[in-house]
Amino acid sequence: MLSRTASNLFWMGRHLERAETAARLLDVGQRITLLPNTEAGYQNEWNSLLQASGSSDLFAQKYGEITQENIEEFIFFDRANPSSVASCLEKAREAGRIVRTALTSQVWDALNVAFQELRRIERQPRSKLDTAGLTDFTTGHTSTVRGAINATQLRNDGWHFMNLGYGLERADATARLLDVKYFVLLPRIEFVGSGLDTYQWQVILRALSAHRAYHWAYGGDITAGQVADFLILNGESPRALITSLYETVWHLEGLARRYGDGVPTSARDKAREVLTALQARDIEMIFDEGLHEFLSWFIQELSEISNLVHQDYLLGGV
Amino acid sequence: MSYYNEMFEGDSVRDPYARLREWVETMPDDFRQMKQAEAEALFRRIGITFAVYGEGGDPDRLIPFDMMPRVFEQAEWRRLERGIKQRARALNAFLRDVYGRGEIIRAGRIPGRLVYQNEAFEKSVVGFVPPRGVYSHIIGIDLVRTAKDEFYVLEDNCRTPSGVSYMLENREIMMRMFPQLFRGNRIEPVDQYPDLLRRTLESVAPAKCNDRPTCVILTPGHYNSAYYEHSFLANLMGVELVEGQDLFVDGEFCYMRTTTGPKRVDVIYRRIDDPYLDPLCFRPDSMLGIPGLMDVYRSGGVSICSAPGAGVADDKAIYTFVPEMIRFYLGEEPILNNVQTWTLWKDDDYRYVMEHLPELVVKEVHGSGGYGMLVGPKSTKEEIEVFRAKIQANPSNYIAQPTLALSTCPTFVNEGIAPRHVDLRPYCLCGDRIELVPGGLTRVALREGSLVVNSSQGGGVKDTWVLSE
Amino acid sequence: MRLKISHETVYRYGQPIRNLVQSLRLTPSVFEGQKTHEWQIDVSGGVKGPGFRDGAGDWIEGWTVRGPVDHVTVRITGRIDTRDMAGVLRGHREMIHPLTYLRDSPATRPDDALRALAQSVTGSDPLDLAHQLSASVSDRIAFRPGVTHTGTTASQALALGEGVCQDHTHALTAIARLRGLPARYVSGYLHSTIDGQAHDAAHAWAEIQVEGLGWIGFDAANRCCPDERYVRLGSGLDAADAAPIRGVAMGTGSEDMDVSVRVEEMAQ
Repeated sequence: MLSRTASNLFWMGRHLERAETAARLLDVGQRITLLPNTEAGYQNEWNSLLQASGSSDLFAQKYGEITQENIEEFIFFDRANPSSVASCLEKAREAGRIVRTALTSQVWDALNVAFQELRRIERQPRSKLDTAGLTDFTTGHTSTVRGAINATQLRNDGWHFMNLGYGLERADATARLLDVKYFVLLPRIEFVGSGLDTYQWQVILRALSAHRAYHWAYGGDITAGQVADFLILNGESPRALITSLYETVWHLEGLARRYGDGVPTSARDKAREVLTALQARDIEMIFDEGLHEFLSWFIQELSEISNLVHQDYLLGGV
Repeated sequence: MSYYNEMFEGDSVRDPYARLREWVETMPDDFRQMKQAEAEALFRRIGITFAVYGEGGDPDRLIPFDMMPRVFEQAEWRRLERGIKQRARALNAFLRDVYGRGEIIRAGRIPGRLVYQNEAFEKSVVGFVPPRGVYSHIIGIDLVRTAKDEFYVLEDNCRTPSGVSYMLENREIMMRMFPQLFRGNRIEPVDQYPDLLRRTLESVAPAKCNDRPTCVILTPGHYNSAYYEHSFLANLMGVELVEGQDLFVDGEFCYMRTTTGPKRVDVIYRRIDDPYLDPLCFRPDSMLGIPGLMDVYRSGGVSICSAPGAGVADDKAIYTFVPEMIRFYLGEEPILNNVQTWTLWKDDDYRYVMEHLPELVVKEVHGSGGYGMLVGPKSTKEEIEVFRAKIQANPSNYIAQPTLALSTCPTFVNEGIAPRHVDLRPYCLCGDRIELVPGGLTRVALREGSLVVNSSQGGGVKDTWVLSE
Repeated sequence: MRLKISHETVYRYGQPIRNLVQSLRLTPSVFEGQKTHEWQIDVSGGVKGPGFRDGAGDWIEGWTVRGPVDHVTVRITGRIDTRDMAGVLRGHREMIHPLTYLRDSPATRPDDALRALAQSVTGSDPLDLAHQLSASVSDRIAFRPGVTHTGTTASQALALGEGVCQDHTHALTAIARLRGLPARYVSGYLHSTIDGQAHDAAHAWAEIQVEGLGWIGFDAANRCCPDERYVRLGSGLDAADAAPIRGVAMGTGSEDMDVSVRVEEMAQ
């Protein structure tokens, strides 16, 4: 496979996952604005969510005030925001267009329909749109693409590269969100029954579309330790760091097997090493070493894996 | 001026159109509108769009698709086919000759000046004979019809003719929307084109290739207006679609960058223009090319389709000599006519053209896409005078032709069905064999009375049927 | 004359470069005036690629250097016997039709001054005309190094009235073409100047096609036709087209070049 093709598939996956992340942010942001302005303030909540996506400065500069309209505009439509749904969908579609030949017609169709629909929505007056509709639009279309990929793409190297993009992006998004909110998850400020804390954890869970799943997994009360465990080490949780990493390793193993001895496997080796390190920990150990320190280490390792994928496969061996 | 309507013979409907007429007449209006909308949605979904250079606007604009097919009988097609293949052979013989000893010039049949001082003549190819002596591997020949048995060649396209994806997609969409039409008629298939193209490319692999040849399509990139076509063909042929940055030269060969390291490339079907192929040989400022490619090409390490410099055969000035080429190289009489052409660098021709501008079509020698041309009978006095001044400033940049009475085909319009002018571009493949699929791209001038079929000027496309015996 | 040639070009890069691709026109032409005994091309760290004779009769050799490297040396050493052919390129095999050399090129595109110069010259026959054209360039452009550069065009050099062999050659090819004589740029080596003084040994001159005689060399910078002191390498429409070394590398830094050429006479 052409290195450039692999690279576009990789980034197509990343941008689709990023669009979904943006849509979830939009959902959470909208929910926040519906709550009464407490002491801590929903503005802060909102800000930390923006920080997690690395775009709080841009928002402050361009919009300032946090209102429903501004949130929608910024997170969904704004092309100046590289992480907006519109930006990500357009980049994913552009990447897909470049590598049309590597996609099944179902995948291209789903991607192209998403883009055409986006353009239709963009032409509508904003007053006709509601946040829930925009979120549903995004998750609906990204799921359709994802479904088309899983149902129709050949299980070849291109498939691995797409899924590597999805996996690494997902791990990165979860880790960043946790890192922004890590202080709420620390046991020392865990006040049982404190409405604010429970609410903040809910925000995190909701931002990762994990609030229902959490209850199925743990039942009963929401505690900081369990939330952290669920999002970092629980292999059943689809957005947990360990799950994303496990999938990343799996796809890198697939590539290594497929390509054989002649092709370097430094990304695979690194990903294995990080996975082993994760598996060796439990949540207490992570709290002991410091959640923030742990997350910084993890984000660093992810970026290294990304670099090695680039070196191993995307430079074309020269 | 009267026009030949391909649907009729005298007052009666010609056989090939009889069933179609029935189909149209029994079609309710709302059904037709529904189908038209469906066709448009299908085109948009598959992403087949066309961006016009320099026009701005929607880069994802669709070329209008007309659902009414254009039909040829087997006998009509066989004659066209013979004529097209004959022309393709002569054009390649000409290229081989002018990049070799130039016998046709020595024999005084074509002025050397027109060839050797032509911008499209590529000095760096002189003395090189590509595999099987083929320089132009895909030749698009633009034809118009003026009477039942009268066809003219409007121009030849020897470089990288585009539009074949429309030929294939138009058929796909017609078969999908109106399967009953195909059951009732015996229509020759065109979908073998990608396989034939791949076979053609493989058949011209360089001598140094001793395995199954690796072919690629080289595109200028996804911002190019024909990118859809490039990726469409790559996909149907099962070959990689590469950009210049994906290829590099190392030692005696050209390679592509892949996830498993460098992979040797044997045949490049390039869809970029000569100046952008190799910055070492052509434009040092080009970011699109592959440095060193021409050296590898000339030493037999890779094949380039079409050969750099193939454009010298499809120049509008050279065009007037194609019948001469057919006689000179093949010893045959041309099966297809050329349109009478006045070349404005000749004094007599110049005088005649300047006196008859309102009747003539005047074109730039290197123009394309319907730009920079004057259609005398359709122009105002002012437009004609503006153009006259342009010609006077640089006569040798222009040729003139009579305004042809382009045939019409029945076409769906708002009020139902009406005649509109059409042309035809079949695609001839030249490798170890010369192949032509039965069909081509029919372009239709959708504006009433318009003779300009270019998509940039309000043209649309139709499915083109060749009926089997 | 038996000449020994050593020619070294060193490219130094600010940042290491990768994937250097070169196309070298650095092998002496084959014609009655030249007989090559020994010729070696070497590119440091390079792989020799394709070699072929092009339509103009020049031997072209491709080289690639994978790198990364911070400098590349192109080294030529050779021995060659030369004969005085009074400038006539006899016995040279080439396929490009002379009319092709009536086309202009970026460096030889005519302006009004070049047109005026071309028209100011008269000659009794094409050969005489070619001589007169060459003389007119010698008169109008004084030899002076350092005032022009590799990108100077024929019209710029004429306006300046000064230049080096490249400028003389561009001007002469331009005006010869204006008079309907096919003309081209030739690159090569020169042993010494007419007065016997040392000279920049990398040299360029023009060739003009004269009906009945074929290609004839004219060195307007030295007011003569090439003789046994000249070694011919290759030709083109202008200096860029006839360049002995062309290359492109992947890299972002600066590039410096050092050239040293020695052409010495050897005992027979």
